[in-house]
Amino acid sequence: MIKVYASSVIDAPANAVWAQVRDFNALPQWTPFVAESRIEESQPADRIGCVRNFRLRDGGVIRERLLTLSDYDYQCSYAILESPMSVENYVATIKLTPVTEGNRTFVEWWAEFDCAPEREAALAEQIGQDVFQAAFDTLKKVVAR
Amino acid sequence: MIRVRRSAVIDAPIERVWAVLRDFNSHSAWHPGVGPSTIERGEASDQVGCIREFTLKDGNQIREQLLALSDRDHVSTYCILDATLAIRNYVATVQLKRVTDGDRTFWHWESTFDVPRGREREFESLVGGQVYEAGFTGLAAFLKRGGNPSGVRPAVQTQGIVATAFGGPDVLQLRRLDSPAPRSGEVRVRQTAIGVNYIDVYVRAGLYRMIEPPAPIGMEAAGVVVESHAPGFSPGDRVAYACLPPGAYVTMRTLPAAQLVLLPDHVDDEAAAALMLKGMTAEYLLHRTYRVKPGDTILVHAAAGGVGLLLCQWGRALGARVIGTVSSEAKAELARANGCEHPIVTRTYSFAAKTKEWSGGRGADVIYDGLGREAAAENLAALATRGHWVGYGHATGPLDPVSLGEKSGTFSQPVLFHYTADYLQQMAGRVFAALREGALKPDVRRRYPLAAAADAHRDLEARRTTGQIVLLP
Repeated sequence: MIKVYASSVIDAPANAVWAQVRDFNALPQWTPFVAESRIEESQPADRIGCVRNFRLRDGGVIRERLLTLSDYDYQCSYAILESPMSVENYVATIKLTPVTEGNRTFVEWWAEFDCAPEREAALAEQIGQDVFQAAFDTLKKVVAR
Repeated sequence: MIRVRRSAVIDAPIERVWAVLRDFNSHSAWHPGVGPSTIERGEASDQVGCIREFTLKDGNQIREQLLALSDRDHVSTYCILDATLAIRNYVATVQLKRVTDGDRTFWHWESTFDVPRGREREFESLVGGQVYEAGFTGLAAFLKRGGNPSGVRPAVQTQGIVATAFGGPDVLQLRRLDSPAPRSGEVRVRQTAIGVNYIDVYVRAGLYRMIEPPAPIGMEAAGVVVESHAPGFSPGDRVAYACLPPGAYVTMRTLPAAQLVLLPDHVDDEAAAALMLKGMTAEYLLHRTYRVKPGDTILVHAAAGGVGLLLCQWGRALGARVIGTVSSEAKAELARANGCEHPIVTRTYSFAAKTKEWSGGRGADVIYDGLGREAAAENLAALATRGHWVGYGHATGPLDPVSLGEKSGTFSQPVLFHYTADYLQQMAGRVFAALREGALKPDVRRRYPLAAAADAHRDLEARRTTGQIVLLP
């Protein structure tokens, strides 16, 4: 089991960032790599257990299930059901914390998963940089005041 | 129960920020609101359970205990044990998190506590603003300047009054001097007011061999910190001191931070410069050498003098019956206006009979004697049974040994600096509190430019002055 952790500071209030992040069907709006997304079985996008089914710009399809969602804690977690990444037991969490100085948002995103040992380093780098950090960079622009 | 949360992002790697914050005694080095701080019982400052005792720059005193410390999670939890603030049940947690985007640090600081009803907003703002937010800014600045007080800079030119030889007031001359760069544990102070004391005359004249001419004289001053290499003091802090060696008659002075006290807002620079030495002398005489209680009879010699007036004011405020000796009717009036109920006008050191009369035949529980030899027999006669006789000066010559057996009396010969060596902060704190409460009243009557220090000495020696004298650089 390896853990990938990334964090950033978004120059917008936590409420505004959370409005974007809590929408489990909104990845196309705040990530650069998701082309389109839908929630399976017409479930609401904030119902625990709902599944998002999205297509990456490179053509890959990923299905993820929403495991937890707390508006109080600004935190949600999800698990990968299917993906082209060859990972198992992948559970990720996004958490926002208000930064009172400057009314900004501290955002954390971490994932734990299993994979072939020789792929660990490359996958950790790929998920940390190309997924989490890339999403932070887009999110900063989307919620920019 | 109030909950206060504040957070910030510090532009430094988490390891650097944590290295500072995990040290429970580091706050005096980086927090602009924290004065001197020590860990009790000599424990390590990252030992869970250790207690830090510190003074805030607003004068409040706090003891806090470290409850938990995790280097893995970058979390530290602590609580207040005692505080002069009306805060109860205060428990705070500091948590750091890595900001991988830019290798910065997210710092969350949170606490819960109780305060008196109606004062919630005041304390929310105090803790959140003056403690947490000020701490964020202070630590960021501390790290920016390298994590330790700034690098060594050269001596700067200043000027001061130097005793060019032992002698009369004419030996005092204005000279150019070097103010050495502060070393570790030292600060440089730009002085704004300097106190003049009779001891300065003794030092100048060579009666007290405390300097080797040519050297600056002077025992006390107030000013503003301009450079600090010591925890607990930052540029801009208002400070004062009374200490050895002499050298206070200068515009800029570098000295050990251990000699300094922070000035509360209600004490102005002139009052501090004028009262550090005399005020702390009155403090130990009334509170330490002998602890004056309500109903005591105290006998103050030279009751209209610098320390004498303070002893009258403060002794009266402590509930004592104050009897004093003075040399003229005018001085008797001054002493009376300052709390001396029974001034005795005498030029022949004859006061025992009246002291007995005004104390119901008992005599003085404590005698503050700056007179010395000529008054010894009268002092012994004026002393109450089991009374205490304090010889803190000897204007008429050293005391001969006297037999105290006939009164079961005790005698002590205290020196201010033997008290300030251990109790400086507490002594100054009590003087400042007495000023705030009006038990002590500053009375700066004369101000001279620093360059005119010789004139100040002439007037002092000619007894042309009452009240306190300050020099203004």
